[in-house]
Amino acid sequence: MSATADTAPAPTPSALPPLAEPDTAWSPLDRLGVALAWIAGLLLCLIAAAIVVYMLIRGLQFVSLKLLTTHPVPATDQSQSGGILDPILGTLILTAIGTAIAVPIGVGIAVWLSEYGRPGALARAVESGVEIVAGTPTIVLAIFGFLVFTQPAFGFLSFTAQGNAVFGRSFLVAGVVMSLVAIPLVVGTTRESLQAIPDHVREASYALGKDRASTIRRVLLPGSRSGIATGATLGMGRIIGDTAIVVILLGATLQLQGYGSTPILKTLRGTGSTLTSYVYNNSPVGEGNAPEKAYAAAFVLLAIVVLLNLIVNRAVRRSKSSWK
Amino acid sequence: MEVNPPPPLRRIVVDEEPTTVAAPTGTARNGTGIGAPARRGPEWAGARARPARVVERLRTEELSIAYSRKLAVKKVSLPVRQGEVLALIGPSGCGKTTLLRTLNRLVELTPGVTRSGRVTLDGIDVDEIDVTTLRRKVGMVFQQPNPFPMSIFDNIAYGIRERGRKRPGRREIAPYVAQALERAGLYEEVKDNLRGPALGLSGGQQQRLCIARSLAVNPEVLLLDEPCSALDPISTAAIEEQIIQLRSELAIVIVTHNLQQAQRVADRVAFMYLGDLVEYGAAEQVFGAPEAQRTREYVAGSFG
Repeated sequence: MSATADTAPAPTPSALPPLAEPDTAWSPLDRLGVALAWIAGLLLCLIAAAIVVYMLIRGLQFVSLKLLTTHPVPATDQSQSGGILDPILGTLILTAIGTAIAVPIGVGIAVWLSEYGRPGALARAVESGVEIVAGTPTIVLAIFGFLVFTQPAFGFLSFTAQGNAVFGRSFLVAGVVMSLVAIPLVVGTTRESLQAIPDHVREASYALGKDRASTIRRVLLPGSRSGIATGATLGMGRIIGDTAIVVILLGATLQLQGYGSTPILKTLRGTGSTLTSYVYNNSPVGEGNAPEKAYAAAFVLLAIVVLLNLIVNRAVRRSKSSWK
Repeated sequence: MEVNPPPPLRRIVVDEEPTTVAAPTGTARNGTGIGAPARRGPEWAGARARPARVVERLRTEELSIAYSRKLAVKKVSLPVRQGEVLALIGPSGCGKTTLLRTLNRLVELTPGVTRSGRVTLDGIDVDEIDVTTLRRKVGMVFQQPNPFPMSIFDNIAYGIRERGRKRPGRREIAPYVAQALERAGLYEEVKDNLRGPALGLSGGQQQRLCIARSLAVNPEVLLLDEPCSALDPISTAAIEEQIIQLRSELAIVIVTHNLQQAQRVADRVAFMYLGDLVEYGAAEQVFGAPEAQRTREYVAGSFG
């Protein structure tokens, strides 16, 4: 560097006292911090292992093919109370409905936020809206859903009692509200992966004479497949694990209870249970009084969620090939 | 430095005699300029012969571009001809990429850009051409290889498909895909892996795939924005060879920071500095006997 004329001359190096050697020793506070970080990490591993081992010991011994394939029966004696076929089916149906609603809506919101986002005020409003939904406790979503879906206009979603009282509880109602749980996750991951696509990739599509619609459809959405898949799977995990919405909006029948006569619609408009509500009812604190079966159902629930997590991890790892 | 007013516009017919365009004053006075064979480095000696036919395709007239208030390109008039490779050189921020992005109106995607002056494609103002049609005729390859996240085949097919309502089938467009890959010198390497992911190719292959993707829609002009800056020397050599081979089929403009590259591939060189077109002429003239002091300094490596 050359010195300029109008600055004061720098003191010659010899005029300054020599700098102290840098202190390489860790301070006690740093040592404490590292120790705490180690302990916290190990503790979490321990807790995760404990959950899995505990559920294995308590639950797996009661899991049998018979349990998985027979209908539950309300009974005071555990040997008479049947299996968990209906809760398993209920979980699958509810997850399918919730995901089927959440993915298209969530992807749509994410595309709009990331690729359009104008006017800015509206984009910020949508963003906060998504955040509020994400932060709302599911029990609040559930009673809100109950208020809305007992309105006569939504009578087609559940069954209507004599005197036109809408029951407001069915797989459809619970699925719609469940989708609210999943939408913020889908929006988040999809948006993230859309924004990870560099702008020059969009420009490359425009440079081929493509408009924005086909760029989104043919380039950006395929490019954010893994993000969409991750969001969908995370959303499924949340839906599978939720209890409040099931208890309030799916009705309280152990078995799938159809309503109407159209084969599939009958089930969707009817009531039932899921693994979470089954565990809740049959746990030692519930009314069902079948703790063995609650442990078994809890184990099945845990196995499904762990499996989903593995799938997410795989999907994320596989999508690592990308642009610079 | 001022350039001559452009010659009267006319529609270019392919079978016509070679079109010559009045070069900037300096070049004409110097007597080197038009039609003189480009100087070649020893490694290219004999490898390229100047194509017989040189036809003007694109032309900018008094083109100025500003980002909000800041002028990025100042009254640049330049011809772009098929049969020659035009290199835009100059230090960072001199406006060469902006100029390039104006030629296919991609610069309009940047908010706050204003433009004055004209760009014509075969004599027609580009503003009068539908922008998607224009971009099909003026292809572009970017600095970073950017294949789409799909198979090699679909990358090429993307441009060909969706022309009309009916999407042509795979079998129908396969020959076009093969031809485009062939023209970009990539076919032999990928012919057994057309269904493989394009992002699994090496960087150099990805960039040639991007060239093939542009070629698939049969452009008249190909714009290259520092296409080799992210590549290794071997991939760079492969792409430079393709550029030289392609110049007889379409007009090529290449923006480059690399003076050696400009020397290797260009027949014409335009030197820009702070938005001004300082010098335009035959490559051997700009590198061997530059007119302007700025050009001399830049080419000699005094700055930039």
